Amino acid sequence: MNMPVSPQLQELQPAADHGTAHARWRWVFDQPLMAMGVLILLALLVAACAGQWAPHDPYVQALSERLQPPSAAHWFGTDQLGRDIFSRVLHGARYTLLIVLMAAVSVAPVGMAVGLCAGYFGGALETVLMRITDIFMAFPRLLLALALAAALGPGLENAVLAIAVSAWPPYARQARAEAKRLREREFIWASRLAGASHFRILLRHLLPLCASSALVRLTLDLAGMILIAAGLGFLGLGAQPPTPEWGAMVAAGRQILAPYWWVATLPGLAIFLVSLALNLVGDGLRDALDPRAGR
Amino acid sequence: MSAHGHWLKSRVTGSASLIATLLGLLVLTFFIGRALPVDPVLAVVGEHASEAVYERTRMEMGLDQPLPVQFARYLGRVLHADLGTSVVSGQPVLRDLASFFPATLELATVAMLMGALVGIPAGVLAAVHRNRWPDVLVRITGLVGYSAPVFWLGIVGLVVFYVTLGWVGGPGRLDTLYQYSIEERTGLVLMDTLLAGSWDGFVNALSHLLLPAVVLAWHTAAYLSRMTRALMIDELNSEYILAARMKGLSDWRVVWRHAFINIRVPLLTSSALAYAYLLEGAVVTETVFAWPGIGMYITQSLFSADLPAVLGATTLIGLLFLMLNRFVDWLYPRLDARIKP
Repeated sequence: MNMPVSPQLQELQPAADHGTAHARWRWVFDQPLMAMGVLILLALLVAACAGQWAPHDPYVQALSERLQPPSAAHWFGTDQLGRDIFSRVLHGARYTLLIVLMAAVSVAPVGMAVGLCAGYFGGALETVLMRITDIFMAFPRLLLALALAAALGPGLENAVLAIAVSAWPPYARQARAEAKRLREREFIWASRLAGASHFRILLRHLLPLCASSALVRLTLDLAGMILIAAGLGFLGLGAQPPTPEWGAMVAAGRQILAPYWWVATLPGLAIFLVSLALNLVGDGLRDALDPRAGR
Repeated sequence: MSAHGHWLKSRVTGSASLIATLLGLLVLTFFIGRALPVDPVLAVVGEHASEAVYERTRMEMGLDQPLPVQFARYLGRVLHADLGTSVVSGQPVLRDLASFFPATLELATVAMLMGALVGIPAGVLAAVHRNRWPDVLVRITGLVGYSAPVFWLGIVGLVVFYVTLGWVGGPGRLDTLYQYSIEERTGLVLMDTLLAGSWDGFVNALSHLLLPAVVLAWHTAAYLSRMTRALMIDELNSEYILAARMKGLSDWRVVWRHAFINIRVPLLTSSALAYAYLLEGAVVTETVFAWPGIGMYITQSLFSADLPAVLGATTLIGLLFLMLNRFVDWLYPRLDARIKP
């Protein structure tokens, strides 16, 4: 987001000192919304690491303290089994991070491999690969993930697999378009003439050139993946109890909304904040890397 | 090649790719069905069946055949509008779907109307006042709509507007009072209550519909306002707009009669896609609001491990989604003379 910087602020900023860490990161904080996103994501990381210092054990049940409203002792209150919701939300950050990281490291490479091969080799291979991509894209994402998770059985690994299977096609399309454009360029011909193998060209020349656009897409996509993961958890297809997965925690509080509103709404707030942060950072990155798109 | 020949060729390849995609869709659902770790024969005969009974059922179900033969049979059944039989209701999945679909249709249509009526003007407003407060407001509201999980928005909405304030009806489509007194004719509650001449029933149905529709519409409005804003900014930067302004036309006229008219085609196609995505959003929303539509049917079938029902509903929504996409592709060149069909 291109927030206009006020003239006074511009004067206060020191002259560009290239090369220092300060200058390298300043563009992040020139965009207040993106800075907010980065801060929330840092908080997520800290929460994921700080799980063991949470004020209470996320698994220990204390039936005498069940369904306590938020207070100084229990910031987010307690659930039906007397577990501290704040500690469970902190622990849940790990599962969210895990799901997102696993999906990210599987989705982008698979999608790019398919797209690069299709775009670079062309011909029948391209037709077949892109037709397969179209088929996967023909399904609404959540529904495909839902059907897969249902068939594979509930669980964290299957949820990740289901998300990955439903998320790779856009990366394939994008990589194909870029590979198709790049393969006609002279430097590709030159490396072919110099005796480089197809594999080398794909890996050393095309992949690095297509990586940055895939990265931007991935950042914007991660928010969607978090929502789908939380949706699967909410429907009971993600991590199983007593694992403190955020979507499942919302589902657990659903039947007792009144008067125990905090059981369902506060874990959901965590999902919302992380997805919001990823969207903010994704928008900021896109504006920074592709000035045309953000106008 | 003559112009006519070219048209024919594009028509043929278009249909062929549609058929290939449809076929792929069915292959996908077929293999999802086969991936399941549960033995489908055991689900029918039970664990204590003898070897002979097990084998006979396996053969009756066609599971002794090679996979391609099994797929051909599955394909044949789907082409005869047979999506299998639900394990729970014991009815054909298609009949179940027909009775659940109107509720989803009603919810999605109302949400679509709300989303378009709010999102499109908001996008225009944001583009006109770019980088000033209306723009920031629209973008942040949109960002919240994008980022919030639909089920959480629904739950927060229920806590605030139903439990605390009591402004809207709770889960379900009608209060129990009306549930059995309204005759079901169209399956659309708003229509049925009006047809039955029950004004109270109509108001009650509306109060139940409002919250789930707003929750769904928020996301649609976010998407449409983002699209509208980007399209309008492109349009407002073009030279004919400058010319219109120099002629002294009013701002209102320039924005709505000149710029907006030119983005209506891409906007219409975006709206059709947004409608397709509502089918997806409905799955989770219906679960939160106990709304008896396709989404709730799918999740209920999930909990009872009723795979034919899940796959049948998935296939149906996949088909609808594909058809809407194709419809958009078909519509686009017909509305915009600059693009050849």
